[in-house]
Amino acid sequence: MITISQTLKAIDESSYEEVVSQCIERIKNNKLNTFITIAEESALEIAKNINSSKNHLQPLAGVPVAIKDNISTKGIQTTCASNILTGYVPPYDAHVIERLKEAGAIIVGKANMDEFAMGTSTETSHYGPALNPWNTDHVSGGSSGGSAATVAAGEVSVALGSDTGGSVRCPASFCGVVGLKPTYGIISRYGLISYANSLEQIGPIATNVKDMTLLFNVITGYDSRDSTSVQIEKDYTESLVNDVNGLIIGVPDEYFGEGTEPAVEKAVWDGVHTLEGLGASWKKVKMPHTRYALAAYYIIAMSEASSNLARFDGMRYGLRLTKDHDWHTTYSEIRAKGFGEEVKRRVLLGTYALSAGYMDKYYLKALKVRTLVKQDFDLALKDTDVLIAPTMPAPAFKLGEKISDPLTLYLADVNTVPINLAGVPSISLPCGFDNGLPIGLQIIGRHFDEETVLRVAYTFEQNTDFHTITPEVR
Amino acid sequence: MIEEYLKYRPLLDDTGIMIGLEIHVQLNKLNTKIFCGCGLDYHNDPPNTHTCPVCLGLPGSLPVINRKAVEYSIKLGLALNCSIQEHTQFYRKNYYYPDLPKGFQITQYDFPLASNGYINIEGENGEVRIRINRAHMEEDPGRLVHEGGNIEHSKHTMIDYNRSGVALLEIVTEPDLRSPKEARRFLDKLRSIIEYLDVCNTSLEGATRVDANISLAGGSRSEIKNISSHKGAERALLFEVVRQKNLLRRGGKVVLETRHFNEEMGITVSLRTKEEEHDYRYFPEADLVPIKVADWAPGIAKTLPELPDAKRERFVSQYGISDDHAKSLTSEKRLAEFYEEVAAHVNPKMAAVWTADVLKGELNYRDIGITAFKSEDMVKLLKLVADDKITDSSGNQIIRTVLDEGGSPDSIVESEGLLKAGGDIIGTAVDEAINENPQAVTDYQNGKQEAVNFLIGQVMKKTRGRSDAKAVREMIIEKFKGIM
Ligand SMILES: [Zn+2]
Repeated sequence: MITISQTLKAIDESSYEEVVSQCIERIKNNKLNTFITIAEESALEIAKNINSSKNHLQPLAGVPVAIKDNISTKGIQTTCASNILTGYVPPYDAHVIERLKEAGAIIVGKANMDEFAMGTSTETSHYGPALNPWNTDHVSGGSSGGSAATVAAGEVSVALGSDTGGSVRCPASFCGVVGLKPTYGIISRYGLISYANSLEQIGPIATNVKDMTLLFNVITGYDSRDSTSVQIEKDYTESLVNDVNGLIIGVPDEYFGEGTEPAVEKAVWDGVHTLEGLGASWKKVKMPHTRYALAAYYIIAMSEASSNLARFDGMRYGLRLTKDHDWHTTYSEIRAKGFGEEVKRRVLLGTYALSAGYMDKYYLKALKVRTLVKQDFDLALKDTDVLIAPTMPAPAFKLGEKISDPLTLYLADVNTVPINLAGVPSISLPCGFDNGLPIGLQIIGRHFDEETVLRVAYTFEQNTDFHTITPEVR
Repeated sequence: MIEEYLKYRPLLDDTGIMIGLEIHVQLNKLNTKIFCGCGLDYHNDPPNTHTCPVCLGLPGSLPVINRKAVEYSIKLGLALNCSIQEHTQFYRKNYYYPDLPKGFQITQYDFPLASNGYINIEGENGEVRIRINRAHMEEDPGRLVHEGGNIEHSKHTMIDYNRSGVALLEIVTEPDLRSPKEARRFLDKLRSIIEYLDVCNTSLEGATRVDANISLAGGSRSEIKNISSHKGAERALLFEVVRQKNLLRRGGKVVLETRHFNEEMGITVSLRTKEEEHDYRYFPEADLVPIKVADWAPGIAKTLPELPDAKRERFVSQYGISDDHAKSLTSEKRLAEFYEEVAAHVNPKMAAVWTADVLKGELNYRDIGITAFKSEDMVKLLKLVADDKITDSSGNQIIRTVLDEGGSPDSIVESEGLLKAGGDIIGTAVDEAINENPQAVTDYQNGKQEAVNFLIGQVMKKTRGRSDAKAVREMIIEKFKGIM
């Protein structure tokens, strides 16, 4: 794995171009399938000219960055790992891309993901799964699997993912890297192609908390083009303090439920005790509505998806069929050919959940559960500073193991989705290994209290070695 | 439900006509569209030149509410005597259609911005209050352009997204209207209010579009979609009355359906029956955070201009003109302003007659607006009439000339020689006419009254029409008395 400072050092020792071309070589040479599109030409072009622009003075000057393929990049194909967006080249940059460019970062390509971010393994990608660098028989997690795997494999030092129900934290956990699902509203979603717009946030992924925070600093901030964007300007690197003295950690039993691997349970508790040894205290907290969260999450996410994905009709961009028909036929054919099985399943279920006669029973009920889940967090975080829980109940599963059984696959999200329902921030970072596969713990905080979450994560990392262990990528 | 409506307002006769209207008003006086920064001055520009990722519905784009559009909507809501919601709340209306780039329309559903209002109109039996159920904000879809201009014969349809995302306020009435004529009057009144508020230029293409619901006693309701003019609405409804009446008389059934009005042929045709209706799956639009507008309304209420009804009452009391004149003069904002500009300088009653009866008649005949005639010109003209310098008919002639050929009253009086001839000139002309036409005198003496008319004609000819015919007649008869 490589860090930002290693990358900057390499630039000093060679050149921007050299570092970018080496990065692209690494991506091309391994077999992890981490990228859908490599932006070789534009990346090299920018690297070549960076000295003549003011960007070489910026914090991420020349640092190669991977972007999840559901974030719009001007001039670079953006597919959401779906056949339906084949050939779609956005005419505009997402807000976070504008920020990255201003900070001097170089986009080397678009990372693999589950189709439209619907999945936990990148196995629903039209381009095939991104493999886990620790063991290529295992999944990289999802939906931002490509982003986490490319960081874990040392192809790039930082990447952007998006987290709708765990899509940054799950692959970060599976790939042994650090990933943040920020508070809803803290990063502009302008340019993020929606799956479930009331739940998702763009999130940074890196090999360590500091790099992740540097990236987070760059992409946060108010954007008038997203009405859910909030006006907060902070320097989060100030939160990187090696001190948890006096902090109170809440541990919810509900997050260690049935299906939690003993190794995971042990590693997470070890982590809690490590922090205890550093001066924090812990207590158990009750989060009684956790068990309804998964069902509520899937109903809300699918309902929103059914509407968000309605615009993909093949009329203006993306997949085209050769024959012209009336619009009805064209829409049906494009959507039948363009969407994969999981996307169709979620669009159909979401359509059903919103239909007349069922809306009260499903969608509106799910909204009520969402309110209760939020209350759980408010109460639990009232007399604690952060909550700690396993990110995933088990380490990365094998390719093909769960993909044919959607319900089992959905169950893997049990610890990540409540955080999205509540909109609070949560960071996943490595806390152990099981059979050579990383285990992640998540630190959850209050709304807009990324500072405390980062501080606890940084302290944990400074006092453990898990982040220094690197997979051997073949 | 129907009983409730009938309790509010009974049927006019046993045909049992009940009409409700939905009017889409484009807030085209805004600078930008409802959710993006694209401009609205696209009417003379090529297709798809006023678009951006947001109004094209490109993946990843997000809407942001135009606060001015909310303000305009509240303004219109208040003018329709509605109560205003505390927060804005938008919903998604999900359906597929090629003019809808996102596959859903952002609109309002529960919690419409304005609700429970009314407008007073001249009903079939006196003034009547037509209730407004709601007025809600939404985005306009794109515009379909059929090759060759006709959906039935064109092979391809093109889409112009310039219109996509223009702010609309949809105004929905209760079914309180009882005849096509009332519907027309309602629409005219609504247009007048909209113009007073200066939120919409109603003369632009597509600025107001009407959907009309109509049912007759013993039948279901049909909905006529997308009528583009007020005249069209009345015609479409008249057609529906006849169609439904005939159908019911022959023992047929009027089914619940949506119909299309073919403006050219003046007929309505079935589009779809109720079974084919969509389930729109309305649900809240999470991309638009509700805005608290509860404290906006009082401030906006203060900026409301004097509306037609209030102005009409004031005209009657301030200028002493008839209620009919006041109604006619306040029907258009610009016309009312014109009248007041004129009435400030000349007798207000005279100004009312000349503006409401004469000038408006000439304008309607030519199908042009009040802007074609300057109020200063009307003042000049009426002063000439009031000072007895020109005749009424010359005044009429001047108005027609200004409208058709341009020019000012003074220059037309000059070039056409319209100044009323002085008494001595007329006297000379009368003397000449009598002396030159002894036969006419003889005829008159023999009891032929027409001889006078002949002589009047001669005098008018000599004075080039500048004489007052009535005065000439009196002078001739006076002369005859002297001769006999
Ligand atoms: Zn636009």
